[in-house]
Amino acid sequence: MSIKVLFFGGIRERLGVASTIIALPTDVLTVADLRDHLAAQGDGWLALAQTKNLRAAVNQTMAAMDLAISDDDEIAFFPPVTGG
Amino acid sequence: MSVSVQEMDFDAGKEIAALYAGAQDVGAVASFVGVVRGLHEIFPVAADDTPSSHSLTLEHYPGMTEAALEAIVAKANSRWSLHKVRVIHRVGKLQIGEQIVFVGVAAAHRGEAFAACEFIMDYLKTQAPFWKKETDENGTRWVDAKDSDDNAAERWQ
Repeated sequence: MSIKVLFFGGIRERLGVASTIIALPTDVLTVADLRDHLAAQGDGWLALAQTKNLRAAVNQTMAAMDLAISDDDEIAFFPPVTGG
Repeated sequence: MSVSVQEMDFDAGKEIAALYAGAQDVGAVASFVGVVRGLHEIFPVAADDTPSSHSLTLEHYPGMTEAALEAIVAKANSRWSLHKVRVIHRVGKLQIGEQIVFVGVAAAHRGEAFAACEFIMDYLKTQAPFWKKETDENGTRWVDAKDSDDNAAERWQ
């Protein structure tokens, strides 16, 4: 199973990564699992665990952290939005 | 085309005129223009300052941004009887005093036009994937989201 993960705003900047495609361990079932899996890589990836009110989208729709993810999903992590 | 995400500026007058051109059943057009403000609490503009070094850069999530704005417009259309809606949001680098966002709503009466215009802005603030970054002579900084924006969107629920 592989998924595309995108990062925006301050999180993208801190990671130095805008997007990545990763193979998922079988125990990563939800958006929160993915966040924790990525943050466990340490260094800049800790931004995912440390960002207050981290937001996520699954297939370009705002998603709750407990939403299940599946093969070929596009998942994005970002800080709360500040448009307008 | 009710939603646009673009770098270029817009002509609010032309956008407003297009909202009711040829319409027989429009009695009200409400519009909102957001402007890049210079008096931010973190990087205040000094009285003798030259504004040229201050700017705002907007990042967004191409694809999702348009879909999110379309969804907000659809939500407004399901809530009120509206003739036409137009949303324009600029991205890229903007200077203080530049227009950043336009929301225009044409309807039969002012009540729904005012309400839908404010509703769209409140939802845009919390649901559309844009991120602002401020730059001045001291450096750059991502703008923090405000709790007041969440509260503004919640009151419509």
